[in-house]
Amino acid sequence: MSGFIPHTTREVEEMLSFLGLSSIEDLFNSIPASIRLAKGDLNLPNGASEPDVLNAIEGFANSNRPVTNNLVCFAGGGAYDHDISSATKALASRSEFVTAYTPYQPEVAQGVLQALFEYQTLVSRLSGLPIANASLYDGASALVEAINLCAAQNKNHVIWMSQGINPSFRTVVDTFAAGTGHEIIQVPLKKGLTDWTSTTGGPPGTMIIGYPNYLGIVEDLNPTIHFAVANDIRVIIVYDPLAMALLKSPGAVGADVAVAEGQAFGTGLNFGGPYVGLFSTKNEYVRLLPGRLVGETVDANGQKGYVTTLRTREQDIRREKASSNVCTNQTLIAITAAIQLSWLGKSGIKELARRCYAGTEYLKKQLKESGHAYSQFTDAPTVREFAIRTPIAVETVVERMLEEGYLAGIPLRSGFEDSDVDGSLLVSVTEKRTAKEIEEFVNALQRVAK
Amino acid sequence: MNQISQSGGRASSIPLMDGHSSEPTIFELSVPGRTAASFRTTGVPVKDPSETIPALALRDDDLDMPEVSERDLVAHFTRLTHRQYSVDLGAYPLGSCTMKYNPKFADVAAVMPGLTNVHPNQPESTIQGWLELMVTLETYFSEITGMAGATLQPSAGAQGELTGLLIMRAYHKDLGRQRKNVIIPDSAHGTNPASVTLSGYHPVTVKSGPNGLVDLEALRSHLDEDTAGIMLTNPNTLGLFEKEILEISRAVHDVGGLLYYDGANLNAVMGVVRPGDMGFDIVHSNLHKTFATPHGGGGPGSGPVAVSQRMLDFLPGPKPAAVGTNPNGTTRYGFVQPSKSIGRIHSFHGNSMVFVRALAYMMYYGGEGLTEVAQAAVLNANWLRERISGSYPTAYDGICMHEFVVSASQIKKETGMRGLDIAKKLLEFGFHSPTVYFPLVVDEALMFEPTETESLQTLQALAEALQQIADMSRTDEGKVEIHKAPTQTPVTRLDEARAARTLIPTFDVSASINVKQ
Repeated sequence: MSGFIPHTTREVEEMLSFLGLSSIEDLFNSIPASIRLAKGDLNLPNGASEPDVLNAIEGFANSNRPVTNNLVCFAGGGAYDHDISSATKALASRSEFVTAYTPYQPEVAQGVLQALFEYQTLVSRLSGLPIANASLYDGASALVEAINLCAAQNKNHVIWMSQGINPSFRTVVDTFAAGTGHEIIQVPLKKGLTDWTSTTGGPPGTMIIGYPNYLGIVEDLNPTIHFAVANDIRVIIVYDPLAMALLKSPGAVGADVAVAEGQAFGTGLNFGGPYVGLFSTKNEYVRLLPGRLVGETVDANGQKGYVTTLRTREQDIRREKASSNVCTNQTLIAITAAIQLSWLGKSGIKELARRCYAGTEYLKKQLKESGHAYSQFTDAPTVREFAIRTPIAVETVVERMLEEGYLAGIPLRSGFEDSDVDGSLLVSVTEKRTAKEIEEFVNALQRVAK
Repeated sequence: MNQISQSGGRASSIPLMDGHSSEPTIFELSVPGRTAASFRTTGVPVKDPSETIPALALRDDDLDMPEVSERDLVAHFTRLTHRQYSVDLGAYPLGSCTMKYNPKFADVAAVMPGLTNVHPNQPESTIQGWLELMVTLETYFSEITGMAGATLQPSAGAQGELTGLLIMRAYHKDLGRQRKNVIIPDSAHGTNPASVTLSGYHPVTVKSGPNGLVDLEALRSHLDEDTAGIMLTNPNTLGLFEKEILEISRAVHDVGGLLYYDGANLNAVMGVVRPGDMGFDIVHSNLHKTFATPHGGGGPGSGPVAVSQRMLDFLPGPKPAAVGTNPNGTTRYGFVQPSKSIGRIHSFHGNSMVFVRALAYMMYYGGEGLTEVAQAAVLNANWLRERISGSYPTAYDGICMHEFVVSASQIKKETGMRGLDIAKKLLEFGFHSPTVYFPLVVDEALMFEPTETESLQTLQALAEALQQIADMSRTDEGKVEIHKAPTQTPVTRLDEARAARTLIPTFDVSASINVKQ
């Protein structure tokens, strides 16, 4: 047989004869003949050899224009162009991690389980909340699950969501709310800050705010938290995990649930996936935690070991009563994050965040000094990205900047009621951007505006 | 079959030396002041965050991350990998999980810089290759499933299920129908009823007949104008093909319901029969099962959903599509929004790098090859089923598809050994265990799915190991040994009850968390 099927013709015959069958097709006699396909009926190209397939895939790759020295990346918005340590790449591609299944037999899955236990600890520290799960699909799905947790906890389906949340995340929230029946009320921004006062109606069950928000702005969360506490409202904070090296954690600020996109820690841009959704919450909500949770225990000899735990929350046991249907998660990306965070370490993550901050501030300064063609949208404090207003249509700017060799940023076009935000450009600076690149980026912006 | 060939499927589960010392956590390996980090020279002037960020928002302390050298980091995670079973190490006959070999060329495909170094928000003119790749994968997937179009956004099977059910809901709503129920067989995966609840429908369980298949009459009694649809896995989780699928399909369609195909078991019938031809309207598949993308210890997966013609307008968006012709005559690709789209499912476009691997796999096999994959998967399952049937009778008789379920209830009655004991003992023979205690409709279930990539020699070795365990279970000495198993693995049997009772979910928990039921 072909490809990765090891059987020789003789072995297939022996196996069939052992089963008392004369042909391999006889195995499928329970399928109605009227719908059975014959071999070759699928209208697909013929199979191809390994080098031919790789050539074909390379053809797709060659039709893209990836981020390189000739396309310098100033785009962020949840997907950041960071350096990844060689150690992270090497360890995260070890086949024991890559080709393992979900740790259903913990005695032979201590590698994945312990790595996830370490990941959970790191997410707990980043978010300042004691319980972190073993990962969710992505930032958007983590937010959906956070909403489901809060609504299940207080039986209140009214959700106020700041438009300072990634607009893609917000559309995902709306998609899934069609099933759960949550009433999602989007709260507009005013000068880049969430304007809760614009929302009418009684207090909601849950409020969602970005930290920093999608425009990169560090909003003052204290009024939000005070309002929430006074009205017994759950608070979900959607945070940038790298910024937590500089800012007070969501837990310290007062979040009930904190969620994030974890791509920044060791995962490449990868055209948006697979990334990893970070999810953490308070102890009292552990019974409502979505996804898998790894816990420490002991074996029959009293030696330390790890298992997936509180399994009775999960869909395979609770079935229709489960508050989440998540089964597979993003284990490999979670382990990758744990490795990259450990490589960065205590001083490294602070240095990384400060470098992103300094680069962003340097870009702001260069823009200010260059004249008025491009202006910063607001002077509000930011960590690693900010929005600018463009004198000509933002899409035109982005297209022309491609010719100059830059991925200029993300046009903010839909999902913002604030007319100041709509049509602006979200730019981001990572530790990879040199002073020269930033200066030339600003020069190029000046050129394309003419 | 008196071959002299040896099995390639047995892994040694004995760690390199001294199997019973634990690996410290990365936190215990930390030494204050140590770091592995290294940064490039940028010439960007240093600026203190306190210059612009209010003091109230800034943290007072340093974020506490591990402090290790790169050498210690590499050693730690490498030692962890030595405590981990994987497909690359040996056979993984975990039922319903399709743990086939993950071809290495797909690893090469998935690290091509022209694919990896692409930002998800890049302008369409710069991502023509990605868009074409996604459209191509959607086309392959639609052809394999017999559907009209697909979305690649869902990150895993469960998210695919929910996506499919939301499409079902939008379809009925568009026709002005108030439907309430989704029917699910009692043998279904647990994700099915959980997904139904999250889609706003009410799950109605229909009991399997004595042959393990959907009881058509029982099904009919549940069908009415409240029926939104039915979720079926075919072959079902017992590894049996629903022979009456055409009658089931007609009955459901007759009341205006839709058929949802849980493609977790697609490996059994790929290129042999298509869900669309069976009458299904919505199909999800797990690329990390059928299409050999690695499972990563529990993800990332990918759970694309394909639909029939009448459901195309409801697919999630934005969706990659051919949108025109370039001046040089080539096809131009872009994102489009289906007219009645349920909306976005993923932060960006889905688990993109998984698409690359799955497409590479499909291109490698082609149509005929994919049929052979299903044939060999079913052949292997049947050979193993027949070979171990003396000691491990199947729950339901006859030819199975790609997997089969045996019941250890007879062994339990005779010897006191449970399915779990057998599974644990098998680990010591260098094989991963089958799935235990699923599906729920079989007492002491052990579910085997050998997949097509295991050789006859490996199946023989697996069968012999199972036979040895059955023989051992009949002696007092053997019973003691099986009860203790595994003893040669990095840890022995773990106290799962204790983990749930006294929760320690992070290294930072000084006293375990009280978990109230």
